[in-house]
Amino acid sequence: MELQGLLFWIFAVLGIAGGIGLILNRNPVYSALSLIVNFFSIAGLYLTLEAEFIAIIQILVYAGAIMVLFLFVIMLLNLSKEPKQSPFSPSVIVAAVMGISFLVIMLITFTEYTPVSEAAGDLFVFSKTETIGKAMMTKYLYPFEMISVILIAALIGAIVIAKKFNYENENKEN
Amino acid sequence: MELSIHYYLVISAIMFVLGVMGVLTRRNAIVIFMCVELMLNSVNLTLVAFSRELNNADGAMLVFFVMCVAAAEAVVGLAIIISMFRNRQDIDINNFNLFRW
Repeated sequence: MELQGLLFWIFAVLGIAGGIGLILNRNPVYSALSLIVNFFSIAGLYLTLEAEFIAIIQILVYAGAIMVLFLFVIMLLNLSKEPKQSPFSPSVIVAAVMGISFLVIMLITFTEYTPVSEAAGDLFVFSKTETIGKAMMTKYLYPFEMISVILIAALIGAIVIAKKFNYENENKEN
Repeated sequence: MELSIHYYLVISAIMFVLGVMGVLTRRNAIVIFMCVELMLNSVNLTLVAFSRELNNADGAMLVFFVMCVAAAEAVVGLAIIISMFRNRQDIDINNFNLFRW
């Protein structure tokens, strides 16, 4: 339990530092690298919650696939640095007010939540790959199938949107 | 030290707020997208924390589906950003008034 607490604090600080780096870096590549730090520390937090399957999926899908895609697009577009914003510009003030008030509301809500004293059933069945696999094939079968439809739709949609159409040549053929 | 669920909830709330502030302050469309991913991740952390707290696999399943939808959303969003860049040579969202009438 001592090691778990230590790991929790390490990953929590790393995750928040990654989040701060994401919103403060003006170079998008550095922002993306900060976000990767954040994703890895969230995977570490999943491990301290004993959710190994989710932690591995987090690293594979987020830190692996999605961030590679983001970095590819950032480097493909050859972006310039964002101009520096003054800390008192309207958007920063609005963001600070909204963020802090939201955080206060969340913290008030959390203090009112009392943890359940005794969990029902076997301890920590929730994170077993076996449990998740069975649930995916029984209770969540239709959502699981819908996910495949969503993914194929996203795949086709991305190709159609990002494809460069050559309208002049099409008109000549017609 | 006993790790209660509150620690995880507070960490995830802080990450969510960071994502909100990033969306509201940044002007680069890709960075805004990454902030949305950060918010999705913090919600996933909450789901897993409650899933462990209640010892119920439903939260973990929901995280799985959120990840799939986030992947689809990232792909389509980046495709839109690429086609935006192709039109304007820029992805500063303040310059995008294509749908403004």
